[in-house]
Amino acid sequence: MKRAWKRRDFLGLAACAGGAVFASALPGWAAGRDEAFYFVQLSDAHWGFQGPPNPDARGTLPKAVAAVNALAEPPDFLMFTGDLTHTTDDPAERRRRMREFQSIIAALKVPVVHLMPGEHDAGLDEGAAYRELFGPTHYVFDHKGVHFIVLDNVSDPAGRVGAAQLDWLAADLARQPQSARIVVFTHRPLFDLYPQWDWATRDGAQVIERLMPHPNVTVFYGHIHQEHHHMTGHIAHHAARSLMFPLPAAGSQAQRLPLPWDPAQPYRGLGWREVEARRASGDLGIEEKPVTG
Amino acid sequence: MPVTLTLREGISRRRALCCLLALAGGVPLLHGAAAEPRVIKVHARKFVFTPDRIALRAGEPVVFELTAQDVMMGFSVPDFGIRADLPPGMVVRVPAMAKTAGTFGFLCDIFCGSGHETMNGVIEVT
Repeated sequence: MKRAWKRRDFLGLAACAGGAVFASALPGWAAGRDEAFYFVQLSDAHWGFQGPPNPDARGTLPKAVAAVNALAEPPDFLMFTGDLTHTTDDPAERRRRMREFQSIIAALKVPVVHLMPGEHDAGLDEGAAYRELFGPTHYVFDHKGVHFIVLDNVSDPAGRVGAAQLDWLAADLARQPQSARIVVFTHRPLFDLYPQWDWATRDGAQVIERLMPHPNVTVFYGHIHQEHHHMTGHIAHHAARSLMFPLPAAGSQAQRLPLPWDPAQPYRGLGWREVEARRASGDLGIEEKPVTG
Repeated sequence: MPVTLTLREGISRRRALCCLLALAGGVPLLHGAAAEPRVIKVHARKFVFTPDRIALRAGEPVVFELTAQDVMMGFSVPDFGIRADLPPGMVVRVPAMAKTAGTFGFLCDIFCGSGHETMNGVIEVT
């Protein structure tokens, strides 16, 4: 389903109380002087997971890679928002899974691939294996007039960004014009989506507080294995689907257990997304893409 | 044995002290009336809490006496606004009082391994 949200929709919905569910625009885009482009967000591959929730556990990520490669026009870049691998207590097995993941995504025909860890990758060794194989867990980059910030809220097993990274974020934001177009990538939600299932970031409010002075901020994240859209003030937060198993809606069942595989509708609930930044209209287009067999 | 108390981040020291006094033994000193809060022992190990079902009465002051066996765990009851880190080998006391009846989840909120996501329990308040 193609979605295009205009600035007036954004403002209207932002005024609603109670966390209205929607996707948003990247406000300020229309005023931009830069080129339009699109990127792809993949998330939560959980490479190494085995179990009934996905009988095609070793085939789903390659299917997504093939689908991205089959796009008529390649995206400018691809962002993988964490949980590249499924957790294991064995450090050697963790690295083996990461290397396998690396070899699978090496087939991507995309100019640039950005990665970041989830708690399954980094929570047990504070990101040591991840950094060894993939590099820094938090960083920034700029692309066609947009400032992208990758935040690590998983290497601390308590799910904190931490004081040092908060200072780093504040210093980075201080270098941006207030009206800068900013996109933030995280793994866990920055807001208290459902702390009862640990769907939160312990100091996420402090991150949002630092972002609030900037009127043009959008956050993309993973972790919850389902599409979800939420506003904190003027900042939109968009969660992506997983490439291994879907999780239930927050609080909809007693346990945070994967939704069962449906043989009648294989890969249901799994997917990835394209995010299109359009220069002319000021819209941000989010197109959700399913995984197909 | 060392005793620590960790309250949710953002709660002021003064408020924490008031909570502590009100919920964990300060009340008898101040008012000379209430009984000692009931102590509820909860043990955490990969990847279970024992017990994982706890019965409370609404308005009953209690103290969770928490221990962890193998790795650092967390104990969080988001609906009560309490949480604590549980370093192995330490006893952590966390006062609490359920205001209303209902069923409330508790969970480990420190990523501890492959069974972390199902390491939780339920507090039933009548």
